[in-house]
Amino acid sequence: MTRAGAEPVSLVPATMISLKSTGRWRAATLARLHRRVRRWNSTATVAHPAGGHLPSVATSSFLRTTRDSALRTAGIHWTDEQESGSSDSLIAGRETRKMNMYQAVRDALSNAMMRDDTAVVFGEDVAFGGVFRCTMGLAEEFGRERVFNTPLSEQGIAGFGIGIAAMGQTAIAEIQFADYIFPAFDQIVNEAAKYRYRSYGQFDAGSLTIRCPSMAVGHGGHYHSQSPEGFFMGAAGIKVVIPRSPTQAKGLLLASIRDPNPVIFMEPKILYRSAVEQVPVGDYQLPLSKAETLIRGSDLTVLSWGTPIYHCETALHMLANPSDKLSSHVPSSVRGAKVELIDLRTILPWDVDTVAESVNRTGRLVVVHEAGRVGGVGAEIGAEIQRRCFLKLNAPVKLITGWDMPVPMQFEKFYMPDSLRILDGIIEALTY
Amino acid sequence: MVQLPIIDNLMYNVQRQGKLAFYMTHYGEEATLIGSAAALANDDEVLGQYRELGVLMWRGFTLADMMNSSFGNCEDPCSRGKQMPMHFGSRKHHFHMISSPLATQIPQAAGVAFALRRDPSRRGKNCAVVYFGEGAASEGDFHAGMLFASTIPSPTLFIARNNGFAISTPANEQYYGDGIAARGPGYGMHTIRVDGNDVLAVYNAVKEARRLCIDEGRGVLVEAMTYRVGHHSTSDDSFAYRPRQEVEDRKRLDNPLARFRLFLEARGWWSAEEDDALRARLKDEVLKAFKKAEALPKPELREMFEQVYGGEEPWTLREQREELGRLLKKYGDVWEPWKTELKKHKGAGKELMDTKP
Repeated sequence: MTRAGAEPVSLVPATMISLKSTGRWRAATLARLHRRVRRWNSTATVAHPAGGHLPSVATSSFLRTTRDSALRTAGIHWTDEQESGSSDSLIAGRETRKMNMYQAVRDALSNAMMRDDTAVVFGEDVAFGGVFRCTMGLAEEFGRERVFNTPLSEQGIAGFGIGIAAMGQTAIAEIQFADYIFPAFDQIVNEAAKYRYRSYGQFDAGSLTIRCPSMAVGHGGHYHSQSPEGFFMGAAGIKVVIPRSPTQAKGLLLASIRDPNPVIFMEPKILYRSAVEQVPVGDYQLPLSKAETLIRGSDLTVLSWGTPIYHCETALHMLANPSDKLSSHVPSSVRGAKVELIDLRTILPWDVDTVAESVNRTGRLVVVHEAGRVGGVGAEIGAEIQRRCFLKLNAPVKLITGWDMPVPMQFEKFYMPDSLRILDGIIEALTY
Repeated sequence: MVQLPIIDNLMYNVQRQGKLAFYMTHYGEEATLIGSAAALANDDEVLGQYRELGVLMWRGFTLADMMNSSFGNCEDPCSRGKQMPMHFGSRKHHFHMISSPLATQIPQAAGVAFALRRDPSRRGKNCAVVYFGEGAASEGDFHAGMLFASTIPSPTLFIARNNGFAISTPANEQYYGDGIAARGPGYGMHTIRVDGNDVLAVYNAVKEARRLCIDEGRGVLVEAMTYRVGHHSTSDDSFAYRPRQEVEDRKRLDNPLARFRLFLEARGWWSAEEDDALRARLKDEVLKAFKKAEALPKPELREMFEQVYGGEEPWTLREQREELGRLLKKYGDVWEPWKTELKKHKGAGKELMDTKP
């Protein structure tokens, strides 16, 4: 299906190869990213000083460092057992392996293809392993008929995937960056999302999953940084899922691939290498449309998804133990506040019950996302929560988001909702 | 071929009387539709644009199906009243659901063909067939579909209906090259152009194109040259942009039905009497099906909320269905626009009003 003498498998970091072949990325900037990301070390116990947002991923308490904690991931549903031997809670004999997020994605794809002969993986540059290495070795493992490059056309990729799905086969498409999903917007919103409804269920595109790297990466500028989940918020008929870690990525991706609806799966690309944890090697799923409460609290609810989850974690540390330089900005009255942190995980349809239950208990809500505010997901959630929790709210719903502009290359540090802005928003909500 | 204009005549007129929201006729393109349909296997997967009813009916989609779908009534087998008229689709007949956005079906067809190739029971036996007009071929999705079907070898049969117009835009404002067919070789695709008003020519071309498509497992392009005799749709008066005389000339000089009838009569296989009898019978059948479908109520209101998602229903839809039920209960009798409309639906919305929130 591809030309003779197709690209050789290379040991050069995949990201660097893509840069040349697609012309969309610059090797130098990527190399800088590699240097900056601190390697995770399971024996490290030293907390990183507050303030930096990237290092918090390396030391996050949300990442599972042990086999046991990995196997006890909340909501985990093992899907590799025989029909008879349902063993959701059984972890004896199960293995885990240390993986970063791109390896976990690759593991999920391998699991999906192993269990389903119809499943195919395709997109731009996926055959040699993908520009983020998420499909490394899959072509060798499953053959070029099942893992293949497409011409460089996003509307073609989405349309082609819908066609495969319309025949009941499993289509796992990749859009190289979420920033380039817009040429496929028509196919996704007008076609994939409406396929089932408009045909009274005779046809559907439910076995289509579109994966795309998303969110900021430190130096991605306008077109390697976007978080377009909000644009899909009104596309009834599709699901939008965003994981925060390797274990989450694998379980949610497998659930997305097997969900009877088309799913857009957005992978925060800065976490591909920086988020590392023990990941169950078995076939398991995590539930869609279920938020996960990461920290229990009673004074304030912080809701986020993807990369900013870690900025939130850092902000909570800064709230409890502000550095000397920040301490004058953090009133002692709020330092002991018990803040609840929720990872939304599924953007559409979102888990209103978990969020509303939390806010009804805490009386305050801060929503954090990288995308701009106007028309964003936070606006939708804020409106729904003020409706459901009106009598319990002690402060206005606070949105901490990117500013309403394209993601600006040299200004990214001042654009992103980093831990400091989150800290400030939390204090504002707590002291309202 | 004879039935299609009879359906068109009736439906066009009842739309003019306001009994039907919308209609699109097939005048002048009957030979392209029936000739190609006859050359396909009945289980080849068809993805159409919207002017391909003839292909679907060739496969056994009944007059009742067609009428129920046009009215979007409670027996509508296609979208159960969700889509506009003429948006047909039938899993049983391997005819994928029509949607309004132009050309979106073209890359989808390449995907369908790829899936056929991966299905051991259909590989080498079936192809995906995609119909589109010469206007739709200007969309990016045409480029994508042609490119994918040739590069990722997928047995996709592309059938362009070049009828000279995209609504008001004549073909010479649509492209400067030699039509659609000239683009095929650029994608590395076997291509043929055929007289779309000659049913036997269309049949032969599509038959051979299909054979090549399946044997080689790749895309093949057929451009059928024809003329859109009718208006674009019931929302269009084509004499605003083309002379009436031109249309009249086409109808008289190059009529696909007349051409085939003369062929049959010359062979002694058909006669004026038989033709009259056939038309009378078909008119009768069409009218009966029409009256039956017209009398049926619209679908139950609850169906509006169904099939948005597969699997578990999201809370948004559950709550919104309950909200509409509550509003119907409160205002269904006093708000005239709803009161009138509710009566037209099977069950008059009771099933929504009765659900406990």
